[in-house]
Amino acid sequence: MTEPAARAVATPKPRRDLDRAVVRFAGDSGDGMQLTGEQFTIEAAVAGSDIATLPNFPAEIRAPAGTLFGVSSFQLQFGSQRVYTPGDHLDCLVAMNPAALKVHLGDLKTGGLLVVNTQAFDKRNLDKAGYTSNPLDDPALAERYRLHKVDMTALTVQAIQDLALDTKEKNRTKNFFALGLVSWIYTRPLDSTLEWIKRKFAKNPLIAEANTRVLKAGHAFGETAEIFSEHYQVEPAEMAPGLYRAMTGNRALAWGLLAAAERSKLPIVYGAYPITPASGILEELAMHKRFRIRTIQAEDEIAAVTAAIGASFGGAIGVTASSGPGIALKGEGIGLAVTAELPLVIFDVQRGGPSTGLPTKTEQADLMQALYGRNSESPIVVLAPATPGDCFYVAYEAVRIAVKYMVPVMVLSDGFLANGSEPWPIPDPSTLPPIDIHFRTEQEGFFPYLRDPATLGRPWVRPGTPGLEHRIGGIEKQDVTGNISYDPDNHDHMVRTRAEKVRRVAQEIPPTSINGPATGDLVVVGWGGTYGAITAATERAQLEGKSVASVHLRHLNPLPPDLGHILREYRRVLVPEINSGQLVRVLRAEYLVDAVGFNRVRGLPLATDEIYEALTQLLEGQA
Amino acid sequence: MSATTGAGPTQAPKYTKKDFESDQDVRWCPGCGDYAILSAVQKSMPDLGIPKENIVFISGIGCSSRFPYYMNTYGFHTIHGRAPALATGLRVARPDLKVFVVTGDGDGLSIGGNHLLHLLRRNVNLTVLLFNNRIYGLTKGQYSPTSELGKVTKSTPMGSADRPVYPVAFALGCGATFVARTVDRHIAHMEETIKRAAAHKGTAFVEILQNCNVYNDLAWNVMYDKEQRLAHELRLEHGKPLLFGPVDDRRALVMDGLNPTVVSAKDTPADRLWIHDESNANAAKLLADLFAPDYPVPVGVFTAVNAPVYEEILMEQEQRAMSERGAGDIAKLLTSGDTWKIE
Ligand SMILES: Cc1ncc(C[n+]2csc(CCOP(=O)(O)OP(=O)(O)O)c2C)c(N)n1
Ligand code: SF4
Ligand SMILES: [Mg+2]
Repeated sequence: MTEPAARAVATPKPRRDLDRAVVRFAGDSGDGMQLTGEQFTIEAAVAGSDIATLPNFPAEIRAPAGTLFGVSSFQLQFGSQRVYTPGDHLDCLVAMNPAALKVHLGDLKTGGLLVVNTQAFDKRNLDKAGYTSNPLDDPALAERYRLHKVDMTALTVQAIQDLALDTKEKNRTKNFFALGLVSWIYTRPLDSTLEWIKRKFAKNPLIAEANTRVLKAGHAFGETAEIFSEHYQVEPAEMAPGLYRAMTGNRALAWGLLAAAERSKLPIVYGAYPITPASGILEELAMHKRFRIRTIQAEDEIAAVTAAIGASFGGAIGVTASSGPGIALKGEGIGLAVTAELPLVIFDVQRGGPSTGLPTKTEQADLMQALYGRNSESPIVVLAPATPGDCFYVAYEAVRIAVKYMVPVMVLSDGFLANGSEPWPIPDPSTLPPIDIHFRTEQEGFFPYLRDPATLGRPWVRPGTPGLEHRIGGIEKQDVTGNISYDPDNHDHMVRTRAEKVRRVAQEIPPTSINGPATGDLVVVGWGGTYGAITAATERAQLEGKSVASVHLRHLNPLPPDLGHILREYRRVLVPEINSGQLVRVLRAEYLVDAVGFNRVRGLPLATDEIYEALTQLLEGQA
Repeated sequence: MSATTGAGPTQAPKYTKKDFESDQDVRWCPGCGDYAILSAVQKSMPDLGIPKENIVFISGIGCSSRFPYYMNTYGFHTIHGRAPALATGLRVARPDLKVFVVTGDGDGLSIGGNHLLHLLRRNVNLTVLLFNNRIYGLTKGQYSPTSELGKVTKSTPMGSADRPVYPVAFALGCGATFVARTVDRHIAHMEETIKRAAAHKGTAFVEILQNCNVYNDLAWNVMYDKEQRLAHELRLEHGKPLLFGPVDDRRALVMDGLNPTVVSAKDTPADRLWIHDESNANAAKLLADLFAPDYPVPVGVFTAVNAPVYEEILMEQEQRAMSERGAGDIAKLLTSGDTWKIE
């Protein structure tokens, strides 16, 4: 039950140094766990840690309180070394109710720190979580973990007793108590959160006061309560000097577009229909109209993509985004952009499928849809960011390629990247490559499908340009003139030309960087959001002296020109993916290498441990 | 001169119909009503006073949707049903362009019905020409969403089982701000209607009754046959009473309670006459469902009203954001909010 907060402890408690910690906040969807985690992330980042985060929430907006499926959590790993993933196992679990304990306890390391809000462990909540007796009373729990039972609800209410708020409002601030407490445990400064509260509740000083007090109460509780005998210090990571900010993948995609709009001096028309986990991009862009980003919340995904194509036809940059189900709807539209040879950028923030699947969980199973998910021969360029911050550069690059080659470019992000964040070194935008826009105005010798010899791109003409009036469309056209043509040989020629144009984008791909020896026993090849886990697993193997390297692909179509050669430099090739084997198929088909997949499709990021195990097994010849 | 500089309206050269004819061979069946519509549109263009490089025709798929190829303007023949959405994106990108959407009864009301709904409700500033031949022409004669109940076609050998949608009623129901109907064989009326539609600010919707002489010949015979036309055609004219029929048997459309009713004109006192008022969209809704044989067939402008235009609001917001806080600056944005320095 409630431990009375001891007052006035004179000597500060001992502090132990850690090089990394994995913390998860878990509670009801209404408990504010996402916000708690996000704020703790900033605190840890400001203290100089490297970080990776994993928000995990139910698809239901207000799932019934206390239920197992209503549990929402936010996990982060922060450390003094490079942190690649949110971590496989927890050092600390904060469980705000029985359901959260039940769902997440299995991930806590033996001996790990377990902080629970005792008041939530009443009969009703225990029943809802399916506990027949109170697990906190089971002595085994305290034997296995360092259990701290704290009546956060009571302590919270106590801290703000005199404020004119009702009980419900008071209770609602208890996540700040948890945040204050965990901030103390890990010696994270509260300043950024205090600032944030001030900003966020500027219009509601009473709530600001309540949250501030409760946050501080949680912090003081750690310092003074006798139950916490020590706390931890994670030294700042050795990160490259510079200015940093926390960056999520969705925001980075949006800001990459802003950068592209500014550099190209063109408006961007962004058509989208709300869908998890892509909606955040639309909402972010809608706040930045000053960049001449024009957002259209379309009536459906088909309208969203065709509106973007209409904008590109008009000489703006057309962009659309969705998640897997919406991308499926956009297929015909993307095909139109392929044959009309107009620039188009498509973001696919992948989630679990098929159909509605797991809307709030991550997956990498849209690669085949990106490469082949349209009728006939309709190749497009496909890129994938590796980390949340990388989304910025990939979005920018997508625009650059789309306008240079007059081609659709799809960016495969995922739920993990979209919501996850990392400390991101802020780039100097003037160092980004230029986006050269050339609208044809020259009448002499103009044809709609005349091609640039280097890129095979056709001229981009803004309607309104005198003398260049022309018609394009989805019907096959004669090369150069653009006139409708049903000629068999012309069609064959156009099919090859459209493919060759995409292939030529390989000119843009820098030499592939290899993490590890250039030749050896095994290379791990990945793409997208698995970058962190693959890198961490590879580096662990390398530390043990194994001859292992990893390669992470940002360009999935066309593939890097040096990739085939690289793969042949290793005895074995391992391809971990959150799908049932898509890139591995492509690599086998493309390069005739005996690549082996490692596949888990659980709606969760791959764990470092499981990749490490898979590569060890393959090295030992067991796979 | 082009008008793309944004420096205000520029003078269009003196055009003739010929200036709007493209060099492409027209590929409709001989006798198709689309020819007359093409000719009427080409003839109307010089009167718009817009440089032709600033005019864009966007279409979906269907016989009707081949239209842009034959116009010597900018044009885009897109995908089935999606022209309204594509044109919306174009207008948002380029509010300086004059945009026309050409669609069919299948393209606009079946596969693209949803987009048409949202185009009309948003009141995007463009002109929609819907060629209604009550059939799927390009796919060789299946019934369409405007075909009459019981329509026997290749896909409905025992007659269609679904009731038709009336394009004018649909458009009004979607909140359209300009709705008109005209007929492919009434050349002068067509030109006049197209010009009025093109001058409207907001989405102007024009249903053109069109003959598909191959798969649905004379579907609109009530408007072609001299006698029937005389008996049923009701020309809508703003400020004028709703009168139709031959001189010796003039009829009036009046309201009987909440029901439109046909009465003899000469027996109707002047104060009972229904005076057509284009600014009254509710009255237009009552007219929208009327058709022969029980009622007259109204042609002309059902309604023309003003409402906020979607892309104008977007542009206004953009301008306001820029004037209040200055143009976007990515370098500033990147360093805004919570940042920290690592030495
Ligand atoms: C996605 C898709 N589905 C079906 C078709 C086949 N299709 C082409 S035109 C058409 C119907 C056109 O009818 P309508 O819009 O009335 O035009 P019309 O030919 O009568 O002028 C159909 C079903 C297509 N092109 N694309
Ligand atoms: S099929 Fe009908 S609508 Fe199509 S071109 Fe022939 S006559 Fe015209
Ligand atoms: Mg038709």
